[in-house]
Amino acid sequence: MHITLNGQPHELPDGSTVADLVADLPHRGVAVAVDGAVVPRSRHDQPLTEGAAVEVVTAVQGG
Amino acid sequence: MVELTGSATNLTIAGRTFGSRLIMGTGGAPSLDVLEAALQASGTELTTVALRRVDPSARGTVLEVLDRLGIAVLPNTAGCFTSAEAVLTAQLGREALGTDWVKLEVIADEVTLLPDPIETLDAAERLVADGFTVLPYTNDDPVLARRLEDAGCAAVMPLGAPIGSGLGIRNPHAIEMIVEQAGVPVVLDAGIGTASEAALAMELGCDAVLLASAVTRCHDPVAMAQAMRHAVSAGYLAAHAGRIPVRRYAEASSTMVGRID
Repeated sequence: MHITLNGQPHELPDGSTVADLVADLPHRGVAVAVDGAVVPRSRHDQPLTEGAAVEVVTAVQGG
Repeated sequence: MVELTGSATNLTIAGRTFGSRLIMGTGGAPSLDVLEAALQASGTELTTVALRRVDPSARGTVLEVLDRLGIAVLPNTAGCFTSAEAVLTAQLGREALGTDWVKLEVIADEVTLLPDPIETLDAAERLVADGFTVLPYTNDDPVLARRLEDAGCAAVMPLGAPIGSGLGIRNPHAIEMIVEQAGVPVVLDAGIGTASEAALAMELGCDAVLLASAVTRCHDPVAMAQAMRHAVSAGYLAAHAGRIPVRRYAEASSTMVGRID
């Protein structure tokens, strides 16, 4: 399955979920949007679909 | 040194009280260690962070610093040019940080970083409707400040001068007008370069000052953070002390009665 992850092409096994993508990241301070909509942690088990545009963001110095 | 308490330091926004009228940003610090020391010296209890794509190689995070210091986090929408980008960024901040507070920032271009008033107001309306506590970075425009308050913003945050410019407060009269009409706290946000300008913001009647670069990009961030802490309290106290009228000529403070011939 091909998706776009933070602006870059990314390959994933079919059936992969948001949870698979963020498995190695800390829970606090990380959020995910798929195709322009936030996916709350309670729905991270949803499967990603071919061509999805995924953004994974965290808090950094700023403002 | 006497520690100031009470109204000189207590800032209440949307029912939450902070023990400092200085809100800090975290941008521009040369390292997390310097940032931590400066934040501690500033006495701030509310501090902004930005949201960016995860960098798997990053070591240490600004959140760890804020957690260690017990400082509340205020996610911003820095870098957004449209209402739609700002709304999504705010929603990501809420999900990532578990707060519905947001410093709304929608800029018009990368040269001036001035707020885009149309997009800012539109985003404010959408975020308020979505349950956010919205603190918008805005122009020093009394009309726009009123419109943002009418839209349900919890504070208004007019700029003193462009972000990072250190130009101070270019239109004190406009800031005074914003303060006079505002029914929500006014936070002077952006443009501050040194302590006297932070004090001036408070003397003009602002409830708080938000700054980052003036501290994080100066030669000695810890010293400047302390200076800003005192300047904000000093300005608040002076603003509420009932200053003497300005006169064109001198007024002797020593009586002329009883002087020798």
